[in-house]
Amino acid sequence: MNEMTNSWIGKSTIRPDGADKVTGRAAYAADTNMPGMIWGKVLRSPHPHARIISIDTSKAEALAGVKAVVTAKDIVDFPVDTPVPLGIQDMRWMCRNVMAREKALFHGHPIAAVAATTEAIAAEACKLIEVDYEVLPWAIEIEDAIKPDAPILHDFIQFEGKPSNIAGTLEHKLGDIDAGFAKADVVIERDFNTRPIHQGYIENHACLVSVASDGRTTIWSSSQGQFMVRAMTSFLTGLPQSDIRAIPAEIGGGFGGKTIIYLEPLATILSKKSGRPVKMVMTREEVMRATGPTSGSMSTVRIGATKDGKIVAAQGVFYLQAGALPGSPIRGAAGCAFAPYDIPNVVSRGFDVVSNRSKVAAYRAPGAPIGAHAVECVLDELAEALNIDPLDLRIRNAAREGTKAAHGPVYPRIGLLETMEAAKAHPHYKAPLGKFQGRGVASGYWFNAGGESSAQVNITEDGNVVVTTGHPDVGGSRAAIANIAAELLGIDYRRVSVLIGDTATIGYSNLTGGSRVLFASAMVVTQSAEQVIGQLKARAAKLWGIEADAVVWENGEARPSGDHTGNFPTMTLAEIAAKATATGGPIGAGVQLNTTGAEGGFSTHICDVEVDVDLGIVRVIRYTSFQDVGRAIHPAYVEGQIQGGAVQGIGWALNEEYIYNAKGQVDNPSFLDYRMPVCSDMPMLDAVMIEIPNPKHPQGVRGVGEVPLVPVMAAVANAIHDAVGKRFFSLPMSPPKVLEGLDEGTLQAAE
Amino acid sequence: MTGSLMTDIRYLAPHTLDEAVSAYADAAGAARILAGGTDLLVQMRSGMISPGLILDIKKISELTEISETPEGGFRVGAAVSGAVLAEHPTFGKVWPGVLEALNLIGSTQIQGRASAGGNLCNGSPAGDSVPAMIAAGATVTVQGPGGRRDIPVEAVPVGPGRTNLAPGEILVSFTLPPRAPGSSDAYLRMIPRTEMDIAVVGCGVNLSMKDGVCTAARVALGAVAPTVVLVEDAAKALIGSKLDDAALEAAATACRAACHPIDDKRGTIVYRTKVAGVLLKRTAGIAADRAGRS
Repeated sequence: MNEMTNSWIGKSTIRPDGADKVTGRAAYAADTNMPGMIWGKVLRSPHPHARIISIDTSKAEALAGVKAVVTAKDIVDFPVDTPVPLGIQDMRWMCRNVMAREKALFHGHPIAAVAATTEAIAAEACKLIEVDYEVLPWAIEIEDAIKPDAPILHDFIQFEGKPSNIAGTLEHKLGDIDAGFAKADVVIERDFNTRPIHQGYIENHACLVSVASDGRTTIWSSSQGQFMVRAMTSFLTGLPQSDIRAIPAEIGGGFGGKTIIYLEPLATILSKKSGRPVKMVMTREEVMRATGPTSGSMSTVRIGATKDGKIVAAQGVFYLQAGALPGSPIRGAAGCAFAPYDIPNVVSRGFDVVSNRSKVAAYRAPGAPIGAHAVECVLDELAEALNIDPLDLRIRNAAREGTKAAHGPVYPRIGLLETMEAAKAHPHYKAPLGKFQGRGVASGYWFNAGGESSAQVNITEDGNVVVTTGHPDVGGSRAAIANIAAELLGIDYRRVSVLIGDTATIGYSNLTGGSRVLFASAMVVTQSAEQVIGQLKARAAKLWGIEADAVVWENGEARPSGDHTGNFPTMTLAEIAAKATATGGPIGAGVQLNTTGAEGGFSTHICDVEVDVDLGIVRVIRYTSFQDVGRAIHPAYVEGQIQGGAVQGIGWALNEEYIYNAKGQVDNPSFLDYRMPVCSDMPMLDAVMIEIPNPKHPQGVRGVGEVPLVPVMAAVANAIHDAVGKRFFSLPMSPPKVLEGLDEGTLQAAE
Repeated sequence: MTGSLMTDIRYLAPHTLDEAVSAYADAAGAARILAGGTDLLVQMRSGMISPGLILDIKKISELTEISETPEGGFRVGAAVSGAVLAEHPTFGKVWPGVLEALNLIGSTQIQGRASAGGNLCNGSPAGDSVPAMIAAGATVTVQGPGGRRDIPVEAVPVGPGRTNLAPGEILVSFTLPPRAPGSSDAYLRMIPRTEMDIAVVGCGVNLSMKDGVCTAARVALGAVAPTVVLVEDAAKALIGSKLDDAALEAAATACRAACHPIDDKRGTIVYRTKVAGVLLKRTAGIAADRAGRS
């Protein structure tokens, strides 16, 4: 479809999930129940690192009401020397994460699971399981895990020929780094530290699994991918995928943290053993102890520029925490860090470090905010050293069409420069600031993604439209697909119902992640809709007795054209649908693709802060994000994504962190003491959407969900420096840390 | 709650204090008092406690009443929620600091349940209403098997989670004294966020001003020691002064000296100590402004 009437694309239509969510009808994973259902509970390790000598479950099994017990021996074992990748996960690590195998590797690591007739009996049975642990020395922080004499988590991991906690490396190189730095007039090098932070979805992990006596298995769960749930459960339980039907519940937030599973394989085996449907619901404490945050990091970034502000060389070293098992997002950190800039000489290295804390999971642009935090803070200091406006420095070095990025691609048409120029021209950038107030800027990049999607578009007998896709909707994909389908078919969006199919009712669709869903599903929906329009035209042609190519589809109607113009009255979608049986049968089409052409997303942010210099409290008082959104199919949702990313980044920058006690246990596993921002912490967050359509997409879509988080921590840090004249290199920039960093001299200079 | 519990919990909601005291004493430590439940239910769900008897005191009229005393003070039932106290026509005008402290706790929903009595009996050194009540010079009436007694609020807590209440004693009400003209109070707390948090340091100041001079003052600090602390030296530094910088600094110094905090997940010793002085100055300023400073 080259011609867009744009009746619906670009309109903030009423979201199809809204009524159910505000009235409490939306069915989340924990809302599903079955007759005969029993409850599963997990026994978790109290130790951060311990060899499991023995597990005795006999007393638990003897407790009245207990129906099944699971330990690692019930989970399929994947030998450590043979990789079995599935997306960003590897079954070698997944089988050890869902249930501790040789060792307990973090406080909260599952040791066993019990199913019983009540939750209380299951919890009581967990207490009756006797585990003999040999407690081992542990390492939680990166600096402790990479020390020469650090406790080694996994004997099979070697680095530079020796047992190590460094499980993997990655390097991107461009040009000649030494020659580049030799040309620099100013070089700035700084060390940075960021903390692991949790995705903080409101809905805790939950599932209900029913394994019937013939082995056919149904899983209701909250995830970012029902096909991911099916495949991983199949791998970990040994059941064939064709026997498993994974039904996605409405999802109460994911942010990447539900691209992995924890409970489903345990509930599946408990159900298989007991013959009863098994429900499992994590508590918030379990979520905080045992599900993936994003990595903490230690990094060093060095950037050199000439006097006139041209960056000639850049080097980054990023150590990221993987948690207990390999797989931190070093690709995001090392790959995205320098991606917004045209730099001829780059070396960017990532190191994947295991330590005794919960295995990380994806979190909104995994790794990219970590890299951007370091790079964008160094750029701010570089601008100061060169006496150049920080946005001007970025504009001078901005990547554009034709720029070769260190991580590989040569960019097509991108909108980075437009985000910087829009920021520069915006009233926010010139607004006056008061005492101890400051302004910071930062930019960021995220790869975005394509991949597999399936769609089915069916015309109902009464002439309306049902679109089925295969992606859990975490960011408005249903509303956006309704807009696109309505636009293509030329009908009111309220006549389009968008559903998310389960693994048995829609073709394979990769998970919701990487900012890929609208990009990919719009492609398959577009092709399906085009086929449907072809069918509609053919049906009208048949009724009129003319050739199908003599019919055009306009404004939701078939119209005869060419020599036949005006010979027949136009036919609406409803009129054609009513005659479908007589003209050839049901009308509908499905398309399945491995989509490509998802181009990266760029964003530039302006942050204003005010610092309470007596208490060390930083408040964000104004925030504006400028983002190349490709095409805002549903602007309110895009704006929501941009605002949500800013909030998460502000929390990461200012207060969020895990606190461990002297026994290596998480000491703040609740929203009371794990300090995510609350609504009243935030000013109104402004979003400026810049539309540079992706030339490789029928509607110009670029992913918009992840890049909104990437620049935030650096923008906040740079604003604090502007406010008080002090640079903070370690997150969170919490009140005690800020107060400690502010001395009399600094403050007098800031006044 | 989903599922059923292993142990049975009895629930009683007596209409008289005598019945309540009798049931509470008979339970011999296995009972917990339910006012708003905002601490109790959280502690039960986290597995910290599993009481055999829950004794709901909200049906006892004396515990849910707000009245003015013949002397011109206020009597506030121990189970009165912050939201209800906020609706009283005059209480908040006379004791704005006490009211703001109570209604800093939790969210709007929590404030509809949480009471000053529960906040005090929970025994947390970080309870927000406690420093404000101590600064106010409030006393509490408690009733137990041995009868009634009145004690100052500062005598109730003895350590984290522990109070001076004898077995079987139930907190009945708070009594706030009558006010001289030119008196007011204020409460501030430091939290990293703007709400839904627990005080890293809390500070209540209650003072009277006459002709620009502070004639009476009480200062209390929360979350800086095992119990809320009445800082008499800080009050002394304020009394007789015009709340000038030197007097405020002397009072701040006294506050810092009164701090015996711990390093924990909510704050450090160094940070809490510094913040106590800062909050004293700010809180005293607000209380003085409210008192008219004249």
